[in-house]
Amino acid sequence: MASEAHTIESFVEKPKTLAELRAEIVEGRTKAVDLAAGYYERIEKINPRLNVYLSLTRERAQEQAARVDALAAKGDPLPTLAGIPVGIKDVLVMKGAPATAGSKILKGYQPPYDATVVTKLAAAGAVLLGKLNCDEFAMGSSNENSAYGPVCNPVDLERVPGGSSGGSAAAVAANMAVATLGTDTGGSIRQPASFCGVVGVLPTYGRVSRYGLIAFASSLDRVGPFAGNVRDAATLLGVIAGQDAHDATSSPAPVEDYAAASDKLAGGLKIGVPDEYFAEGLDPEVRSAIEKGIDALRATGCTIKRVSLPHTRYAIPTYYLVATAEASANLARFDGVRYGYRSPASDTLSAMYSHSRDEGFGAEVKRRILLGTYALSAGYYDAYYGKAQQVRRLLAEEFLRAFAEVDAIVTPTSPIPAFRLGEKSGDPLAMYLADIYTVTASLAGLCGVTVPCGATAAGLPVGMQILGAHFREATAFRVARVVEAAQLQG
Amino acid sequence: MTAKVTVNDVERVAELAHLELTPDESAHMLTDLNAILDYVAELNELDTVGVAPLAQVSELGSFVSVPRPDEVVPSLDRAAVMPQAPESDRVFFKVPKVIER
Repeated sequence: MASEAHTIESFVEKPKTLAELRAEIVEGRTKAVDLAAGYYERIEKINPRLNVYLSLTRERAQEQAARVDALAAKGDPLPTLAGIPVGIKDVLVMKGAPATAGSKILKGYQPPYDATVVTKLAAAGAVLLGKLNCDEFAMGSSNENSAYGPVCNPVDLERVPGGSSGGSAAAVAANMAVATLGTDTGGSIRQPASFCGVVGVLPTYGRVSRYGLIAFASSLDRVGPFAGNVRDAATLLGVIAGQDAHDATSSPAPVEDYAAASDKLAGGLKIGVPDEYFAEGLDPEVRSAIEKGIDALRATGCTIKRVSLPHTRYAIPTYYLVATAEASANLARFDGVRYGYRSPASDTLSAMYSHSRDEGFGAEVKRRILLGTYALSAGYYDAYYGKAQQVRRLLAEEFLRAFAEVDAIVTPTSPIPAFRLGEKSGDPLAMYLADIYTVTASLAGLCGVTVPCGATAAGLPVGMQILGAHFREATAFRVARVVEAAQLQG
Repeated sequence: MTAKVTVNDVERVAELAHLELTPDESAHMLTDLNAILDYVAELNELDTVGVAPLAQVSELGSFVSVPRPDEVVPSLDRAAVMPQAPESDRVFFKVPKVIER
């Protein structure tokens, strides 16, 4: 029984790539409706064990798949993601589908519009399967803060998938979608990608529209893809990137063909390795796996250069002040008036607000709202929020100086592999510290890719984080392709 | 920045945030907030005199912001939005009385 509980074979299988599936659909060898039906069958079979999907959007998927098949039958040119089954993290809205953000306070809410990334995926022919579990309002590093129960890591069912986009990472790892969208505020795409052994992309701040993303910390929030391989992830980014009139922070920088750009060999690139990310607290097995990945980069003709980022140790306190301050403002909108949960027994407006919020929010969300409210309150603003914003500039400028000398920076994504369910859930500070290698790029607005890079002796995946300068996603993908290729060679 | 948070502080902040905590929740939050604030006090080690705060990375040189034209465009249709409210008459949101007594 114990061995069955740990069994991974039935969950982790080698799926076809996006390019392979698309070719089958274009040539009529596979029908998009059958592909979607196959995925739903698999989801039904294994979702009860993994708790990856919170809701399914069968009707919409069926209609989209039928449209793709009709185009294919006519021999019309098919869009980039024609018939590709994709899952969406449940902090992004899809018209008419439940959007919970992993919270009880949004139970029953059915948004009347699509997030821009959802619109773009649909226009590219993607078949959207449903909404994926996550930590409540994307606040967490283990998916244990979801009001709808934790996700299990498909690689080891007794371990967390990481968070907050745990469902998005696990869905790809267990082949319950070909690709997924997640969001990353302090590491919420990169860390679960690392824990589940898949590819996750943090686009540059402003590269992808946030319209239709239920906001956590608006100066940090990003939307990005997960996929089973680097090229597929790059293809997805090319579809969802671009300026959007609905998001004033979205960038007019031209969108590249990231998939094609990732084909360009990485030899000759200068790769920075920061000492501060290989210091105390790094699991020795993770270190050794990442060092092998760096060897592969060296072998392909990259120059490896030590860089120093001495403010790294201040990143976690800076991040948790900035993120909670913004969260306390963003989550003020959940008040029982316009959507979601309203506490039934309140005879005044003020009591209705506080009862609804108290009953609707989970403990971690309340903790962060309180911390953020405290950091913004009269008498403490300068000491906490103001100070954190100043340190944020120091951290960002330090990265800009490093990127004047190197093309990419590589680090472990997480100091530890996936931990056990329940192992850290009683100690919020210990949970925050697990984000040490990811919050820096969040604060500095950088782009990054997490790519599988070996495993521990127990078979737990290790992920390498490849950071690029602002809008240098293509460079990060090129580096990721080298590390990925090295895994295939053993 | 190293000042200890008291139960009164937690209650005051909870009130500002429209959260009504049970005594048990308040006690837990007090412990957690003090642990977190102790930890973030590390930032005091850094001299930040004269450093301009960075609220948004868009302020950094590599970003270009282009404001959209100031034109009126339609918003979401009221008929699609109002049914999501816990209580409404399809035109206005309904809430309990605002003024006490």
